[in-house]
Amino acid sequence: MMRDAAAIPIESTLETPWTLPYRGTVGMACLIVAESAIFIIFVVAYIFYIGKSLSGPTPAQVLELPIFGTVCLLSSSITVHFAVAAVRKGMLSACTGWLAGTVLLGSIFLATTAREWYHLIHDEGLTIQTNLFGTTYYSLVGLHATHVVVGLLMLALVLAFSLFGLVNETHSEKLETLSLYWHFVDAVWVVVFTVVYVLGR
Amino acid sequence: MSTTHAVEGIDETLATQQGRPPMNVVYEWLTTVDHKKIGLMYIAYALVFLLIGGVEAMLIRIQLAIPNNHFVSPQVFNQLFTMHGTTMVFFVGMPVLFGFGNYLVPLMIGARDMAFPRLNAFSFWVSAFAGLLLYFSYVGASGLYAAGSAPDVGWFAYAPLTAKVFSPGHSTDYWTLAVFLSGIGSIGTALNIVTTIVCMRCRGMKMSRMPLLVWLYLVMASLVFVTVSPLTAAQIMLTLDRYIGSHFFDTQAGGSAVLWMHFFWIFGHPEVYVLVLPAFAFVNEIVPVFSRKAIFGYPAMVAASVGIGFISLSVWAHHMFTVGMGAAANTFFVFSTMVISVPTGIKIFNWLATIWGGKVIFATPMLFCVAFLFQFLVAGLTGIMLSAAPFDWQLGNSYFVVAHFHYVLVGAIVTALFGALYYWYPKITGRVMSETLGKWHFWLFVIGFHLTFDFMHVPGMLGMPRRIYTYEAGRGWEGWNLIVGVGAVFQAAGILCFVYNLIESYFKGKEAGHDPWDAWTLEWSTTSPPPDYNFAVLPTVNSRRPLWDLKHPEDPDSDYE
Amino acid sequence: MLVLSVTLAIFLIVGGLLLYALIRYRHRPGDADREPAQIYGSNQIELSWTVIPILIVVMLFLATTRIILRTQAIPKPQTAMDVTVIGHQFWWEYRYPNLGVVTANELHIPVSDPAHPTPTYLTMSSADVAHSFWVPRLAGKTDVIPNRVNTMWLDPQQAGLYLGQCAQYCGTQHAKMLLRIYAQSPADFAAWANQQKLPAQQDFAGNTAAVEGQAVFMRSACINCHAISGTAATGRFGPDLTHLASRDTIASGAIQNNPENLRAWIDNPSSMKPGCLMPPMHLNDHDLDAITAYLTQLR
Repeated sequence: MMRDAAAIPIESTLETPWTLPYRGTVGMACLIVAESAIFIIFVVAYIFYIGKSLSGPTPAQVLELPIFGTVCLLSSSITVHFAVAAVRKGMLSACTGWLAGTVLLGSIFLATTAREWYHLIHDEGLTIQTNLFGTTYYSLVGLHATHVVVGLLMLALVLAFSLFGLVNETHSEKLETLSLYWHFVDAVWVVVFTVVYVLGR
Repeated sequence: MSTTHAVEGIDETLATQQGRPPMNVVYEWLTTVDHKKIGLMYIAYALVFLLIGGVEAMLIRIQLAIPNNHFVSPQVFNQLFTMHGTTMVFFVGMPVLFGFGNYLVPLMIGARDMAFPRLNAFSFWVSAFAGLLLYFSYVGASGLYAAGSAPDVGWFAYAPLTAKVFSPGHSTDYWTLAVFLSGIGSIGTALNIVTTIVCMRCRGMKMSRMPLLVWLYLVMASLVFVTVSPLTAAQIMLTLDRYIGSHFFDTQAGGSAVLWMHFFWIFGHPEVYVLVLPAFAFVNEIVPVFSRKAIFGYPAMVAASVGIGFISLSVWAHHMFTVGMGAAANTFFVFSTMVISVPTGIKIFNWLATIWGGKVIFATPMLFCVAFLFQFLVAGLTGIMLSAAPFDWQLGNSYFVVAHFHYVLVGAIVTALFGALYYWYPKITGRVMSETLGKWHFWLFVIGFHLTFDFMHVPGMLGMPRRIYTYEAGRGWEGWNLIVGVGAVFQAAGILCFVYNLIESYFKGKEAGHDPWDAWTLEWSTTSPPPDYNFAVLPTVNSRRPLWDLKHPEDPDSDYE
Repeated sequence: MLVLSVTLAIFLIVGGLLLYALIRYRHRPGDADREPAQIYGSNQIELSWTVIPILIVVMLFLATTRIILRTQAIPKPQTAMDVTVIGHQFWWEYRYPNLGVVTANELHIPVSDPAHPTPTYLTMSSADVAHSFWVPRLAGKTDVIPNRVNTMWLDPQQAGLYLGQCAQYCGTQHAKMLLRIYAQSPADFAAWANQQKLPAQQDFAGNTAAVEGQAVFMRSACINCHAISGTAATGRFGPDLTHLASRDTIASGAIQNNPENLRAWIDNPSSMKPGCLMPPMHLNDHDLDAITAYLTQLR
């Protein structure tokens, strides 16, 4: 016996509402997994080569704990969290303020990294070519810094939109997706900090 | 066979209008974000590269057919096997499987498109560009006469052979950049597939009701994130070594060649599971339909697939048994590799149990799936042999390994792929492919496959290593290499039949209707080809086989959930 | 053997069942148009075909582990002879540290008596890229990797010539980086080693071409890459030529060692092994003849 497919859609016995997760969150989670895998490989290379440089400066000789930069970067996670909370409640000027704070703190972090690199290259003679430590240090910290730059560009873009009054509650999920990326960047920094500046020295 | 009638929607999309100017059609395809068109572009692209990679293989077999041959120079030969491997993995395997995923996943879950249509298009065009870049290498540098700068470092590009000092010029860079870009495209498409499956299923389609193809694509795409990324990272490191003077793999500065091997195989082994899981997906859909029975053991199939995905991340160093890792490490990887045979075996047994007690119809798609089952069984068994490290110390890097992995890649994956092409061609084009030509394709290909790859195991056991452009007479390898070459000719003939069938059926094939195979998943409920919006009304489902429920209201699947 | 029999058994059983199912349950033309009974699963069957493979895997794993430990984890025997192997693009360097012998491309080792084993213990590394040392009739392969030392042992019980070749793609002439291992009786081996320890032949018994050839050699670029013990030539980039004429082959086993081939090789190595790293020497015919005459005297 054949039933006509005018019966599609099949009547559902489902009573509960059918809600699936927000696409942006899932997509960003996937991207974070992939990027984490890339970072893990660079971290593995760093750990593998600890103590194996044939010559040149060692971490203990030239590295100092980047406390100030770290505090700035981790605080920027807090500010972006408040920015998302603000836009969810429709408090748009507060959101703009928190976003500005995030961009500022992130930029300060980049500046401290730049200063550190300047010191390492010009005063300590450590470049990516110097030895295995130089190779793995600059590539890992540099990869992280690149991700910070990308994040800052995106945040600055949203800040600009926000300054022109173009951001409202309907964008809250999108801003949250971006904030997930920013939290990821901060989490990577915690790992890099631990491996490079604490364990490796 | 009873079939369903689709709800005929009003289709006002451009695609159905007749006699449009060619430039409009081209523009539409170049700018499309529709998952079906993108999927078809991936598949067409991959089929073209399949032919090119096949020609490279034929040239290799001609050079090796007799000892001390001078058909091609060693430099050209080394480029041929590098390009053959790189092409087949990155520009045939990945695109064709992503193409099928793109086409089928939204249809099977009752969605209108993928989660991120523009990312979808971007991923395709990046991958397409990457393939063109790789092949541009043939004309780079001194140009075609000297086979240009085509990569000649092997598809796994071991360090330090790829260092600037041992590979001056740009051949390595073409490999690195092309594969890197292909990886970006792969991660983008995988992200799309996972998000689509998690977020866009139609009403009632809980995870436990998804077709097995969708489950397998979910596992495959998730695996891509942790598989392709290590290679991306390693390629960044290699390029930094070559151009900025870093020392990641620079053994003169204390760097490690073995580190590259670890990074590459952390990618390389799960990669072959990325390639094989969609092949399982196709078989999971085709075998039940042509056995007229539901798949046996759906929950176990899901668990086995997920298990295979996880375990595949732990076996990589079975490619490095000869590197001198020490007994403890070797033993661990023997164990993990053998363990993966358990869920894989479960899948084979479930397919067997699906066929058992059914009513098997040997249409062309099913013929290819039957060949898949036998060939994948053999491939898995030679894999178990190789997983025993002492075996691998003899047989690794020999033609035994080449035979084993071609058994999986061609005997399982390409075979299942042919089955899928015959099975879904009616849905894609609205016409059925010729059964007669299909059977010619099947038999020519299977005979050629076995001539080539069964006998290829023998030179490996007789001591013939891989990647050699010639060999001396008197080692006992000659006759076998000749037979291997003859088999290649049969395979080529089969593929020509297939290409002819593909083209001729498009114009002259029998009209398919929307459900020519009397199947049970959602794609068969819409027209062939589907309209741009896929479904006139988004469906709601109650079970794993919604169309079975419709056709058999007295015995619906939903009673057994 | 165990692995082979287990896999063969699995193939026959599963393949046989599959073949049977396909034949027995095929759709026959006269079949009623009903669908067969839909069976969704069976817990007992599925459990059994999970447990049995696990048991097989455990068994294979234990058997394999035993062999790995017996091969890789045993201590080096006292009676082993040491050889250092250095892989190059595209030739093999051999040094016998305890015998003071340096040679290339043809490895001589003593046969080992099972009652009193005298295995050969290889310590291996590479001077450039990754290679692999594989002589199938004697042992599995072990990779030869730069900045890394790998070891393996050979224990030939029968005298003879054992052939193999590099088993890790290492560049253009990977295919012709052949291995020749001569397992000799202890007496023959000792004779060979004693001959190899001597510095190069200097007395050419009136062979003026050879005397002139030695002079040509020492003033040509040859000495940049090659060493001849007891002379000014101490290059290490290419094979040691001190006892070149005692070898059956040149170009790492790829070419028969006779005067015609040797002359052609020196004139233009890439004509016989295209892409090898020795450049053509651009010698005139007279010098070529002289050098060939000299090198063929270096037994």
